Amino acid sequence: MKRLIAGLPFIAAVIFGGFFLWGLNPDRDPNEIPSVLISQPAPAFDLDPVPGLETPGLARSDLVGNERPVVVNVFASWCVPCRAEHAVLTRFVERDGMRLFGINYKDKPEDAVKWLNDLGNPYERIGSDLSGRTGIEWGLSGVPETFIVDSDGTVLFRYVGPVVGPDAVERFTQALKQAGALPNGAGS
Amino acid sequence: MRQLIFAFCIGLFPFAANAVEPDEMLTDPVLEQRAREISKDLRCVVCQNQDIDSSNAGVARDLRLLVRERLVVGDSDAEVIEYIRARYGDYVLLKPPLEPATYALWFAPIAFVLIGVFVGGGVLMSRRKQEAFEDLGAEDENTVSEILRQNEAGDAS
Repeated sequence: MKRLIAGLPFIAAVIFGGFFLWGLNPDRDPNEIPSVLISQPAPAFDLDPVPGLETPGLARSDLVGNERPVVVNVFASWCVPCRAEHAVLTRFVERDGMRLFGINYKDKPEDAVKWLNDLGNPYERIGSDLSGRTGIEWGLSGVPETFIVDSDGTVLFRYVGPVVGPDAVERFTQALKQAGALPNGAGS
Repeated sequence: MRQLIFAFCIGLFPFAANAVEPDEMLTDPVLEQRAREISKDLRCVVCQNQDIDSSNAGVARDLRLLVRERLVVGDSDAEVIEYIRARYGDYVLLKPPLEPATYALWFAPIAFVLIGVFVGGGVLMSRRKQEAFEDLGAEDENTVSEILRQNEAGDAS
């Protein structure tokens, strides 16, 4: 009994020390929001095209039945990091053969058209989510966010924030490869 | 003068920043009240430590509108919360649900109190036992007083 009590401070120190060690881990992101969508079917949605753009609109049915998993990117012309991410996504599409669909989130159509005309349009389809309701269906917390959707409509991966910088690009590339979203041999 | 005092008094009360804008509110006061109550239990996913009722973030506003929309359609409070939880997960609830993953969260405080009572009680009990041995036997008592007496005599000389 006495021994047990004498050992308590030590046990407490070990437990709390363990917590502190866990909290100090630089790889841990306390702002990370767990996603409920992973391994779940993508939400149902049907968005009209952006007026003034020739790219067709986007619905859930466009994500299903493709040969390979596809990527859904939520973007807006008012979102500054999206501009940096745009170049990265374009490279994935042009160099690696990634298939990219866009959700234009709460954006004025004329702004979106101008943005895509300036930077180029790597998107096969773009749905205009003016109300932000489809964003909620996807559990969106901000722009940009990028999802990899399997050909049966299951969400495989979610990236919150811009895919910019070596670490992010590496993580995203790994996810693309794991999902099999790139044609054979690409992305190396 | 009266108005001035009144204005001053109002100035003394810091009103909580109100994020719910007039155009969001429902005309039905009962539904609006329910919407406010639900909004206070939902976390804003952008600001993270604020409920959506008091957050000015765009997503929070969208969620407030969604809550009201669901209420107008005729959802119960629980159904509205479940609707949002299905999209944003348990994370969106400011009060975490009781389930195996959160047992530690809910029961750790009780466990700590029990440990405290147990350890504290144990220490106090062992103290009390020691007190029982404080009475010396008559023989020891004599020896001690003898020594004390000798010491006193020594000091005096």
